[in-house]
Amino acid sequence: MDLSVISPAVLLASLMVAATPILLAAIGELVCEKSGVLNLGVEGMMITGAICGFAMAVETGSPLVGFLGAAAGGALLALLFGVLTQLLLANQVASGLALTLFGIGISALIGQGYRGVKPPPTTRLDLGPLSEIPFLGRLLFSHDWVVYFGLALTLGVWLFLRYSRAGLVLRAVGESHDAAHALGYKVVAIRFAAIAFGGACAGLGGAYLSLVRVPQWTDGMTAGAGWIALAIVVFGSWRPGRILLGAYLFGGMTVLQLNLQAAQLPVPVEVLSMSPFVLTIVVLVIMSAGRGRASTAAPAMLGRVFHASS
Amino acid sequence: MIRLEKRPEPSRGWTALTPVLAVVLTMIAGGALFALLGKDPFVAMKTIFWDPILGEYAFYYRGQLLVKAAPLVLIAVGLSLGFRAGVWNIGAEGQYIVGALCGGAVGLAFYPAEGWYIFPLMVVAGALGGWLWAMIPGILKTRFNTNEILVSLLLVYVAEQLLAASALRWLKNPEGQGFPGSRNLAQYPAASNPELIAGTGMHWGVVAAMIAVIFAYVLLNRHMTGFHIRLAGQAPRAARFSGVSPSRLVLFCFSVSGALAGLAGLFELTGPAGQISIDFNVGYGFTAIIVAFLGRLHPVGILLAGLLMALTYIGGEAAQSTLGLPAAAIQAFQGMLLFFLLAVDVLINFRVRFGRAMA
Repeated sequence: MDLSVISPAVLLASLMVAATPILLAAIGELVCEKSGVLNLGVEGMMITGAICGFAMAVETGSPLVGFLGAAAGGALLALLFGVLTQLLLANQVASGLALTLFGIGISALIGQGYRGVKPPPTTRLDLGPLSEIPFLGRLLFSHDWVVYFGLALTLGVWLFLRYSRAGLVLRAVGESHDAAHALGYKVVAIRFAAIAFGGACAGLGGAYLSLVRVPQWTDGMTAGAGWIALAIVVFGSWRPGRILLGAYLFGGMTVLQLNLQAAQLPVPVEVLSMSPFVLTIVVLVIMSAGRGRASTAAPAMLGRVFHASS
Repeated sequence: MIRLEKRPEPSRGWTALTPVLAVVLTMIAGGALFALLGKDPFVAMKTIFWDPILGEYAFYYRGQLLVKAAPLVLIAVGLSLGFRAGVWNIGAEGQYIVGALCGGAVGLAFYPAEGWYIFPLMVVAGALGGWLWAMIPGILKTRFNTNEILVSLLLVYVAEQLLAASALRWLKNPEGQGFPGSRNLAQYPAASNPELIAGTGMHWGVVAAMIAVIFAYVLLNRHMTGFHIRLAGQAPRAARFSGVSPSRLVLFCFSVSGALAGLAGLFELTGPAGQISIDFNVGYGFTAIIVAFLGRLHPVGILLAGLLMALTYIGGEAAQSTLGLPAAAIQAFQGMLLFFLLAVDVLINFRVRFGRAMA
């Protein structure tokens, strides 16, 4: 065992990379849940985004087009969920599961021709002398643009929910859809928008996995990242800042266990591989045990069906 | 304009008809999907749904039908109890794996002893393993109010790592020349789960699935616990006022579904699969969720839905070899089925009205 191969700067820098797909998906799901919709299909939307982004990037040679395609793919799948739950009033838990099962199948179907293909590289943002700063430069200023986009998105969602009028309306719909409806807000339309946003973000997260982090296409490559994102929304008690913290905590665990595997720690590899999932469960338990804080922070209408004329 | 008008009572006719409608719609959409892939949709549908039962080589496929349906029905019956009560155990895949590992470990511990008691012990260990794995989300839910959906699902990934560790290290065949995987339990008579009647595919798992269906039917229709389950799902407040303990219900639902999933894993391991290998689990735990909904969460419905879903597996394999239809197409097809089912379910509780609303 040799722990000296683990460099703290590289570890922390790769932590940010590992956390980005989960952060993107979790922020999208946050907005969706804030409007009162529980979309358990994050895993399905992520993997659909992963293959849509991958295919678009390979066909056009542009990672940017890839990410746009991923967002579109994720949003399209999410709209399917919207039709089911908002127009046809289906159970949200079951519909979310259907989305995941369908997403995994359809992505494997689209991805058949893309196994073993190399995607075009996503460029690092050139920040000039900033990335030359010892330690901090490697840590903060030498990433690709998606990492910064994730952080900016988190900030944007925080500002939107906290300070904008539209954010207030969105939260009102999530806290009491009947009251919001009585005030004349279009509950179903607002929820559709939130669902589509959630899908687009999950798609981006998935594309980050297939285009940057891995970078190639394999069936079922999200491997539970979508479920972790869902757990992180609960962990963050529906607040963007804490979700960022949760994503980094999980990213840190993922990177650390990979490094420990490389350092040949005398523990079975499988035990290390399961550690991020175990950690997520432990954190979920701690959050929910804390005098029901997590449960009171949840939007009141989360998972409830809204039907105007009833 | 199209409006939805709430029915005073759920329509009984549509409750029975919607699964059929969903299957028809899925066939149409699936056909379109196959056509997009460049396959003749009619030939594909015939290969998937007709040939395995009535085609030329049906004698081979018919046996497979029960083999595939047994784990699906066994798991789905357990899950349906929870789904009815609003208890969401979606980690049956993990319970299936852990059940197989526990039962398999017991069998391997006895190797090469002979004795009638070994297989029953393995069955008990399998059920206990699945039960234990399901108790984790169950107890966390009742004790700490932790979301059972997320915990049960996350535990699937943990179970998959346990499976990998077992296949590569802990339960690896010492005489396997270094290849991953355990000893073949199907070739160890005291621990095997053989075909009971040649050519039918009937093994102990099929028997267990039948018993589970009958047990669940009696429980739901003739027993107080079954009534409480239905009550808690339809009117949670009323259930609490009438003294139904939500915690006990959660634990009961997780116990039954976990133990049944564990049993399904064990019967699969000792019969059709044979050995513990890295790719032992093939997603029965997730497909069973579709089966449970397609069967209307009703034991008899689940039996029929399980057979239908088994047919898509077998027909899908046949279409893979004869038409070159990718395996993922069948997965997408199964996912679509759940979509359409949830979509047409609206007809049970709502009437569709065309034209302007009457004042």
